Amino acid sequence: MKKLSLNSLNQWLEGIAGERRVIAPIEAADQVNYGVWTPDSKIRLDALRTVKSAKDAFFPQVENMMNFRAEGKNLSVEMIDPKAEDFVILGVKACDARSFDILDRVFLSDPYDPFYAARREHATVVTLACGRPDENCFCVNFGIDPADPKGDATMWIVDDTLYLRANTEKGEALVKDLEDADDAAVKAQQAKTREVAEKLPFARLNLKGFDGDHLMEKFNDPHWAELSRACLGCGTCTFVCPTCQCYDIRDFDTGHGVQRYRCWDSCMYSDFTLMAHGTNRPTQVERFRQRFMHKLIYFPSNNEGMYSCVGCGRCLAKCPQNLNIVKVIKALGGDEA
Amino acid sequence: MRTDNLIPMIGVVTEIRQDTPDIKTFRVEKPEGGKCFEHMPGQCAMLSIPGVGEAMFSITSSPTVKDYQEFSIKKCGCLTEWLHAMEPGQQIMIRGPFGKHFPVEDALKGKDLLFIAGGVGLAPLHSVINYVLDNRDDYGKVDIVYGSRSKDDLLDIDEIQSSWMDPANRMDVHLTIDRPQEGWDGHVAFVPTYVEELGFDPNKTVLVCGPPIMIKFVLQALTKLGFQKEQVYTTMELRMKCGLGKCGRCNIGDKYVCKDGPVFRFDELDELPSEY
Repeated sequence: MKKLSLNSLNQWLEGIAGERRVIAPIEAADQVNYGVWTPDSKIRLDALRTVKSAKDAFFPQVENMMNFRAEGKNLSVEMIDPKAEDFVILGVKACDARSFDILDRVFLSDPYDPFYAARREHATVVTLACGRPDENCFCVNFGIDPADPKGDATMWIVDDTLYLRANTEKGEALVKDLEDADDAAVKAQQAKTREVAEKLPFARLNLKGFDGDHLMEKFNDPHWAELSRACLGCGTCTFVCPTCQCYDIRDFDTGHGVQRYRCWDSCMYSDFTLMAHGTNRPTQVERFRQRFMHKLIYFPSNNEGMYSCVGCGRCLAKCPQNLNIVKVIKALGGDEA
Repeated sequence: MRTDNLIPMIGVVTEIRQDTPDIKTFRVEKPEGGKCFEHMPGQCAMLSIPGVGEAMFSITSSPTVKDYQEFSIKKCGCLTEWLHAMEPGQQIMIRGPFGKHFPVEDALKGKDLLFIAGGVGLAPLHSVINYVLDNRDDYGKVDIVYGSRSKDDLLDIDEIQSSWMDPANRMDVHLTIDRPQEGWDGHVAFVPTYVEELGFDPNKTVLVCGPPIMIKFVLQALTKLGFQKEQVYTTMELRMKCGLGKCGRCNIGDKYVCKDGPVFRFDELDELPSEY
């Protein structure tokens, strides 16, 4: 265990940032979001939840994949080199850290995604334990320990001190020059955080029956119509969600050539599955059901029971109609355990 | 598998045939000649025109054709409008092959086969039929039921008459159109009705493709004739972007049409939501 006074945080970050980009929770326009840190940034490690998740670091909202040129009847294509530069993403909470494992299942499974893979390879992930999870947090349902997140290194803030523990060689390189510390303060905080997390209102959701064996039963559950009735199809839940990864591929004519880019998409949108002859998900009921069935049944069915939800609480905080996955789990899972 | 499979290769459209008023068949080769890649019957490929878009199409030609691939494409949307406006010699982008193919090497081998197609639904089966023709002794009796709205909408009619109906090829072809039409003395009926009228022996293995409504009634007709769902294969089509099971839109339950399909057996589909 190493330690650093929070007063020296900027100095330490300057040392890291000299060599590579540092991405951290930064306050701008009254919101805290992940952004590139500079000495002038208002870093907000104390913020429990960034508005958007940390997924942009590996799966940006928009990215060019290739360029085309046309000359007469002939075409040429040039792939954008996915070679990323080393960067550090710092202050990632346990929920967002788990979301990287989930995104890995999608983008690093055969055939792996070269753009995502390059960023993962070049990243050093420094996580931060939660000191005070709030009433929208429910990560513990998915076996996530908010007091001991994974990553290349883990940080804890206790009073004015930042404690750091390296978990990998990459993490070791970051913290090796810091002062040694004993872990008593961290242990005490962890015990307190775990106690709070277990007592939160949504800490004991009943996930029994959310598996591939109950796929048809859950799909045909009569609650979907009622659950989805208020859904506006705005897609906010999918954009703030750390595990939503559906994407669109589109072309943009620059006037000098065509860029083919990938951008986030949302299964909540009416044209998501729209084809020339119609759509297989014609109303918001089917679209809403798709999103939650994917997170709670389809994804686990294909990934040894791993849920595609991390309990970060962003959809609870941001849905304009107060719809969220907790309501779905409660309605479909019967009584609370 | 390649890791750059989002990046297409260049293909040249070397021949375009107007098959029906709204279906054209496009022959695609590498710029230096030859097939863009190897495939199996029932697999698909992503075709794109930069600046217009990209979409998944079934490969119409048989893998036994060595020099090129063909795609029979109906004009029905933005990209297909552009494809239909193309001229021979023009280059397009192509990537593939994608998906699971019909089990021509195992489950279908030695079986009596019944192909049932409606309209442009013949396109994916065309590949299998010609594969079977080129390996004719590996399969039993072959029946083909094919129908369309009118005689002018029958896809590949020249090939059907000259090759598939050639007695030497030992295939029984049953054509039908939806409504009576001047100049047509063949059968008039919807495909499902015709299948029932023909009353096939239920020991055949069936491959069916066509509009969803046709497939639904064909399945009912087959059930009446005593066929089991385990004997019937189809090929699905949903909107796709990546073709790799990642972009998240072509799923039916926990299966992705692009990689777990497009070929499914009906007993497999029975275990999935009917969201297609």
